[in-house]
Amino acid sequence: MRHVFHVRIGPVGFRIGSDWRGPVAELERLYAGYPQPADGIPDFTVRLFAARPWRRWLRPAVTLGGDFVLPDAAPLPLAQGLLAAEMAMNLQMALGQRRYLLLHASAVERDGRAVLMTGLSGAGKSTLAALLAARGWRLMGDEFALIDPATGLVHAFPRLVSLKNAAIGAVGAALPRARFGPLLAGTPKGDIRHLVPDAEAVARMDRPAAPALILFPRFGFDAAERGLGPSEVFVRLTQASTNYVALGERGFAAMTRLVGKVPARAIDYPDAESGIAQVETLWNAL
Amino acid sequence: MLLVCALRDPASVASLDARGWTALLAIARAEQLIGTLAHRLDGVMMPAAAARILADARASAVEQRRAALWEAEAARRALADVNAPIVLLKGAAFVAAELTAGKGRSIGDLDILVPRAAIEAVEHALLAAGWEWVKPDPYDDAYYRRWMHELPPLIHRERDRMIDVHHTILPLTARITPDAGAMIADSVALGNGLRVLSPEDMICHAAAHLFADGDLAGGLRNLWDIHCLIEEFGTASLATRAHHHGLWPAVSHAARQAHALYRTPIPESWRTQEGLDWLFRRRLLARDGWGRPTRALTRFGFYARSHWLRMPPAMLVRHLWTKWSKGYRPV
Amino acid sequence: MAERFYRAAAAESLRIVPLDDFTVIFHRPSGLTHLVTAPAPQILAALSEEPLTRSALMARLGETFELGDASTEALDARLAELVATGLVEAA
Repeated sequence: MRHVFHVRIGPVGFRIGSDWRGPVAELERLYAGYPQPADGIPDFTVRLFAARPWRRWLRPAVTLGGDFVLPDAAPLPLAQGLLAAEMAMNLQMALGQRRYLLLHASAVERDGRAVLMTGLSGAGKSTLAALLAARGWRLMGDEFALIDPATGLVHAFPRLVSLKNAAIGAVGAALPRARFGPLLAGTPKGDIRHLVPDAEAVARMDRPAAPALILFPRFGFDAAERGLGPSEVFVRLTQASTNYVALGERGFAAMTRLVGKVPARAIDYPDAESGIAQVETLWNAL
Repeated sequence: MLLVCALRDPASVASLDARGWTALLAIARAEQLIGTLAHRLDGVMMPAAAARILADARASAVEQRRAALWEAEAARRALADVNAPIVLLKGAAFVAAELTAGKGRSIGDLDILVPRAAIEAVEHALLAAGWEWVKPDPYDDAYYRRWMHELPPLIHRERDRMIDVHHTILPLTARITPDAGAMIADSVALGNGLRVLSPEDMICHAAAHLFADGDLAGGLRNLWDIHCLIEEFGTASLATRAHHHGLWPAVSHAARQAHALYRTPIPESWRTQEGLDWLFRRRLLARDGWGRPTRALTRFGFYARSHWLRMPPAMLVRHLWTKWSKGYRPV
Repeated sequence: MAERFYRAAAAESLRIVPLDDFTVIFHRPSGLTHLVTAPAPQILAALSEEPLTRSALMARLGETFELGDASTEALDARLAELVATGLVEAA
């Protein structure tokens, strides 16, 4: 592969090869300051390639490849090469991660304890995490929270935060000094822009935290809140975990311990300010 | 060759740098051999990052083994009232019989061999117990039922795992016709109601599958299976059995390749060099440090060849034409 | 005709964690997790003490639950589910 990029994000190292310079240049710029894979040996390999030789130049389209792939995945236009790289890294984690239990959740940390926010696309977990990071919380990640089955701690995985549509403006306004990737318009999910985790998030990425609160946020509803029992949390978290089954008994142990010990709340919120306020109120009440 | 050397000679990885390790792991994953590699390298000194990755691979193999054995048990329960022997094949057989070939092995679908006379009863029992057809193309279905050596694929409704039910080991259209009846008659009981092939037949099956059936994709793993089986059981009655099935060319070729790559102990008289051996080896090793298949012409040559082996030329043309006109392209 | 005996899968093959009204059970041979609610945990508890016939099981459950007429059918259905998943074995 002509162009190569290496990076370590939390405990996971990646090698990304690309037929084009563009995506690699963007990754180098946005992940500047991140460490290299441990011992120089990445956990996963990603390839961004042209499926047919002419696709390198003629309406260039990026096909996703790597250690783990989804067959029949549609290629992305080269202009969205950064998105392709992020999606491919997600795929390696979703299909290949076996050391940590993956929760489909964002995570922020304060004083060694973490809030995990999980829910469907559009529920606001990335946006809430980004805005909380602006208010003194340490960003641990916006896509995957990594639970160590041996300790129950959550490990940071601070990838570029993927913001969609209206959230782009909102977060841009709240974080005037933050670094952003390019605006990617017209993707399958609308407009996307990536927020670069701040220096603190990068510097502290190797410090795990104890999960202290699990939230199921829902954006765009009148403010409301209810508690959830452990079995409901168990079902919702396992359904949202891509590797729970593959982890076998370790996954079961990690999940039962998590839902047994950590309180969970579903929160509905009409706008970001209200959501943030609810999170901080619940945190202070712990 | 990186992967072959590491499997053959675990201590050799001591000389690998970070780039070498990265390539080795990518190739092993692509060849479905990372669990096997992890097992072979267990205890060998290596960088911590590599050790973690291989430990994960070992844990994965344990889960795959568990799932495979449970699928076998589920099939046994579903087929308890069908009065026919159920013979496990391939990976599930290796782990059920606790053979070295099963250590660290990646296992996909469940493959079983049953007598042809029982195939309908087996089909009905599986459908009644929660398996359903993987919705095939009606053309494929008719082709399957008439010519293939197995039922169209079935998948279990709740567990989402596939089962392939074979009644012989090569398609009915293939030029070689192994003696399925003898394979079943000489199968070995495991004590839990399931059976596995005799060691000689396991080797014959693996060799048939490698050369006479497939396009050599996954060849390194197949050859490793054969290497383990020969190391564990020797070659005493292998030639006789292979001749009986008409599989001596495949078995002797497999043994030669395994010896060349993995230094499998085979009789001196078998260690010849035949004309096209180098081409097959080239196909087996066609992967780069990124895990990508290389040597496209060699690969396409083998794809066409595998279909040629499965059916007479006139049928092949008609089959490929139908497939191509529906937009299917070989990888 | 003699009634079949049922017994729970061996204790070391199950990890049972009660959460609230629901209990999660990890079944080691299959690697699958099952979410169950009453009367399944009670059935499993009864059948792990000793193998029981269906009628003996009914009697045992009757000590904890109020059983009505529809209960035999319900019990058969729950037992069949538990056998299908491997949590209970039929002798």
